[in-house]
Amino acid sequence: MIDLSVNIGGLRLKNPVMPASGTFAEELTHLLDFNSLGALVTKTITSEKRTGNPMPRVCELADGMMNAIGIPSKGADLFIEKVVPFYRDFDSPLIVSISAPSAQGFADLAARLSDVPGVAGIEANISCPNLEAHGESFGMHADTTRQVVKLMRASTSLPLWVKLTPNAGDIVDIALSAQDEGADAVVVGNTLLGLSIDIEKGRARLGNFMGGISGAMIKPLMVRLTYQCAQSLQIPVIGCGGISTADDALEFIYAGASAVQVGTATFIHPKTMNLMVNELEVFCRRKGISRLSSLIGILDDSLAAAFGALP
Amino acid sequence: MTGISSCCQAIAITPPNDTLAVVLSNEWVNDEYKRLVLQADGAACHSQPGQFFNLLCPSEGEHKPFFRRPMSTYKADPVTGQVEFLYKVTGKGTFGLETLVERQTLEILGPLGKGFNLDPNWQHMTIVARGVGLATLAPLAEAAHALGIKLTAVLSARSEKSLLSRERFASLGAEVISVLDEDGSSSLENIETLLRKVIADQGSNALFTCGSKRLTRLLKRLSSELDLAGQVALEQQMVCGLGMCQCCVDVFEVDGLKVGKRVCLEGPVFDLAEVLE
Repeated sequence: MIDLSVNIGGLRLKNPVMPASGTFAEELTHLLDFNSLGALVTKTITSEKRTGNPMPRVCELADGMMNAIGIPSKGADLFIEKVVPFYRDFDSPLIVSISAPSAQGFADLAARLSDVPGVAGIEANISCPNLEAHGESFGMHADTTRQVVKLMRASTSLPLWVKLTPNAGDIVDIALSAQDEGADAVVVGNTLLGLSIDIEKGRARLGNFMGGISGAMIKPLMVRLTYQCAQSLQIPVIGCGGISTADDALEFIYAGASAVQVGTATFIHPKTMNLMVNELEVFCRRKGISRLSSLIGILDDSLAAAFGALP
Repeated sequence: MTGISSCCQAIAITPPNDTLAVVLSNEWVNDEYKRLVLQADGAACHSQPGQFFNLLCPSEGEHKPFFRRPMSTYKADPVTGQVEFLYKVTGKGTFGLETLVERQTLEILGPLGKGFNLDPNWQHMTIVARGVGLATLAPLAEAAHALGIKLTAVLSARSEKSLLSRERFASLGAEVISVLDEDGSSSLENIETLLRKVIADQGSNALFTCGSKRLTRLLKRLSSELDLAGQVALEQQMVCGLGMCQCCVDVFEVDGLKVGKRVCLEGPVFDLAEVLE
């Protein structure tokens, strides 16, 4: 029997595979066994209702996609009343992704969710590139990240994950500030801000002009950021970005991720995550490994360190 | 609110599955359209009229679609386990579909969405179809026939030879009226005159269309004025087809309020009364 479980800041997951926020919903139950997932991560909710961005909200790229959905949300009331009860039927922990226009707003929503039975943890989406102009978000800077996490930590005792952005100049610095203020884990990370242009029309392909790139094309970048964060942090790193197979997931795990999130791949193949869990088990068996967690961070970087390619 | 909005026939909706379908044939039906016939047992062949599939179209040369492509069910038969699509080769996705040959496979996710809603008490219904919108509306031929509802199909096309599915409607006893660009009979004014006559003569209870904004506006106006039920199947760019990604949200008017609905999940079929002009 192979043990696929991992520990994320005190929360034990039966395996390291979970959905990325915004790519998962109740409708997937027809296609995916939720109880076979490590955790269930909701689309980002906000306290108030939000309508989202103008159309078109997505466009396809050579090996990925761009989105500027803009967090349409039915508001916290409806979410707590309708959505959370649905997920209570499953035994995988429910992680609620949240956003707010202010640090205090993050803290207030986190406090509110802490009293809701069935909510196992909170993921702070401080990194959506589609809310403010030019991808600005709390997660772009260490000081604003610090403010959000500090107030959230004071307002909830639930496991607190902070989703970082690859658009920041120094993600490690920002990750450290989240850790300092009491985050239980960081997710590396959200989509990469891009601009895709229709040259016939001379216009951006997305209604919101810029948008977040996801899919296989961003994977090497996200593996690198995962590695750099894992090297510097004591808290777990959850890897995310272009993962569609167990091999992809293992790259992140070797780089130091304790778990992984799968997003865009689910849009194309809704059963991806269930298959990935099976493939991880097959991989462990083939390698004669009894505990998958023993693979976390085993990337051999000794040679690179020896000739000074590492910081 | 006008017409019959939320009724009617209780249809058992089959939850979607991702089915590896096998190509039985993929032939041209005229110089623009191809018909793809698949063996797709299980959930897929239970698709209801107006429902759709998200197709994993094969890559062909430089055409490499990253997303799946949503496509209306042209026909689905639970007895034979066959599912059919009617499509025009226009872009990355359909370029790949065009290349499929017998015995190749294709992943089809579905049936998806909410289809047409028929009231067994109706005496007569009228559909107005043009272009690829016809693929979506054609399954209403069998559905109306099964419920004993008389049907008039107004089929609009460029020319006589680009008319599709006339025989499918006619063989099930539907009255077929063709209107053409080449003789001017497909003008909006003429279609309106024609529809008013059909509705009056036949006592039509419901109007259906798909695809064309002009026809949708016309049918919305007529159904409101004459107090008829009316439904339209909408087209929208989609990614997941399951309601997760929120990219296909359109604005509708419900009880005087503007609300966003996902075309893939709350649709693709909507009441004409709630569609904005």
